[in-house]
Amino acid sequence: MSAIGTQVTVSLVEPAVLDAVPRAKKKLVVAKERGAISSADRKRPIVKASMWIIQILMFIGLLVAGFGPIAWSARAAVSGSQQIITDPTGIWFSPVFWVNLVHAWNGAQIGSSLGNTVIVAVGCTISTLFISTTGAYLLSVLRPKWSPVLSGAVLATLFLPGVISLVPLYLTILHMPVIGVSLQNTFWAVWLPAGASAFNVIVLKRFFDSIPRELIEAAKIDGAGPLRVLTTLVIPLSRPIIGVVALLTIVASWKDFLWPMLVLTDPNLQPVSVTLGGFANGTSQPFSVQMAAVFLTIIIPVILFAIFQKQFLRGVSSAGGIKG
Amino acid sequence: MSKTLAIELRPTSRRKPFNVVRWYQSGGFTAVLFAVPIVLIFLYFTWGPIVQGVVLSVQRTNLVSAASWVGLKNFEFVLTDPGLPQAALNTGYYALLGLVFGFPVPILIAVFINELRKYDWMYNLLAYLPAVVPPVAGILLWKFFYDPSGEGIFNTMLGWFGVGPLPWLNSEAMAMPSLVLYTTWAGAGATAIIYLAAIGGISSELYEAAEIDGAGIWSRLWHITIPQLRNIIFIMMLLQLIGTFQLFTEPFLFTGGGPNNATQTIMLKIYNYAFINGDYGAATALSVLLAIFLCLLSVVYHFVTKRWSPS
Repeated sequence: MSAIGTQVTVSLVEPAVLDAVPRAKKKLVVAKERGAISSADRKRPIVKASMWIIQILMFIGLLVAGFGPIAWSARAAVSGSQQIITDPTGIWFSPVFWVNLVHAWNGAQIGSSLGNTVIVAVGCTISTLFISTTGAYLLSVLRPKWSPVLSGAVLATLFLPGVISLVPLYLTILHMPVIGVSLQNTFWAVWLPAGASAFNVIVLKRFFDSIPRELIEAAKIDGAGPLRVLTTLVIPLSRPIIGVVALLTIVASWKDFLWPMLVLTDPNLQPVSVTLGGFANGTSQPFSVQMAAVFLTIIIPVILFAIFQKQFLRGVSSAGGIKG
Repeated sequence: MSKTLAIELRPTSRRKPFNVVRWYQSGGFTAVLFAVPIVLIFLYFTWGPIVQGVVLSVQRTNLVSAASWVGLKNFEFVLTDPGLPQAALNTGYYALLGLVFGFPVPILIAVFINELRKYDWMYNLLAYLPAVVPPVAGILLWKFFYDPSGEGIFNTMLGWFGVGPLPWLNSEAMAMPSLVLYTTWAGAGATAIIYLAAIGGISSELYEAAEIDGAGIWSRLWHITIPQLRNIIFIMMLLQLIGTFQLFTEPFLFTGGGPNNATQTIMLKIYNYAFINGDYGAATALSVLLAIFLCLLSVVYHFVTKRWSPS
């Protein structure tokens, strides 16, 4: 969506792409040395006291803001509708309504929607990685005579905000030109457009550009064809950046709402964001079941995040390194 | 065919005659094979729709009968829509609120976390948690938190301090600030991580030099940390602006544009034109206008911030 912005960012900090992940690691180590407050400052009683107060206030604030809503949804998920509405801030409650979770999983179709979300996320990642690695390899390593034209055409789309193609993209899905089929209500309608990401192609191309040409030439002399160079040399060397692209794609497809809502109108195919979005505009499900559905939707990414937090935060901050 | 012949007939030109065998052996065919997926996908889902978007904006079409050319009628219709000024003002108002109140929050969080010597990972984790919550689930939760009655969660909490109860999403004046509050909550942690990485890159020698010169903690933060972050701040600001001008999910799910059109945004209008009224011409015309506006904004922004940067 934010096409222009990403373009500005990429061009501003090309070198950051080269060693995004190692640099982020190095920075973290450096950051431990000192910030604006020196160790001498830290011994002064006023600084010490105010740091304590700020820390405690921030901790309470972040705990309420970050953990509060999740904890509340957990509590609401196992309470009765009446209890949630009449006593929303009650801390003591009896978790007698475990059945809410079952209702949400089966009756409100959260179980199958979560499955659809996984299918969408995996498919989008595969399609993005396939298109952007082959494309970046073509533009960076194979470099046919006409590659500047293609490269320019890909780059140009970064300058245009996504809003301009929303409606025509929808019409394209309804009736694919030339082949004349409709992709509506198939997962292809979400998977394929996800692959057309100029940002990912450019990021990967920049990274491939940094691979020493001698390595590629040596592999060619040893008799490796273009495909072999890609799979045994370029991809293994680019694992960190491919990981970041995959992570960003998974997160984006997990969160996407408008596009799947438009092209997946069949409730059996809808990812969980669309199913939940339907609740916002009225549903026959009781309130407690809705809250159980919300909880089930939140808890899976939260658990995944808790398990992989180190890799996750490092990936996100190195993605920030690419952006900024 | 005629093209190849023409080239072969002019042996004087410096170009070597085109030879299929040599072209194949030098990897020309492999390159074409590698180009197929990216070209096909971009043709169908990026280049095609962009061109089609411009074409549709000067056409009248309803998917049933053939499209007819109507010139600038769609633009005329969109620009004279009595709801447009309100939607444009709302979108601008949202962008402004987000910039004034939402934008500094992740910077403050990042600066604070960077000064911690212990437990910083825990603050980091807590700050990032909202970004993990899928937006639709978060919105459903917050919709309940915003309950305007005295028993609503936020109103109960405000009641502890003797404030409220506030009408939140139900009043025209408070609906937009409520959306900004939600988006700040949802986005601040993720942005803070990016700032945190940038702050970590600031050389500690700068702080040491400032300390020797007698600068206090606040002036070190104000005169070193913030200026050192300038570039990333400019970039994040532009990204946020572009994002907020295309705001859709929050008003769509929270309020549906109400109350009394107080949260109607440009993107909601585009959605309504296209998918409620089936008027694809008007929808694409407004999309084209918004895209042109965002392009102009980015170009102006680029030159203005360039002037402010020393290098």
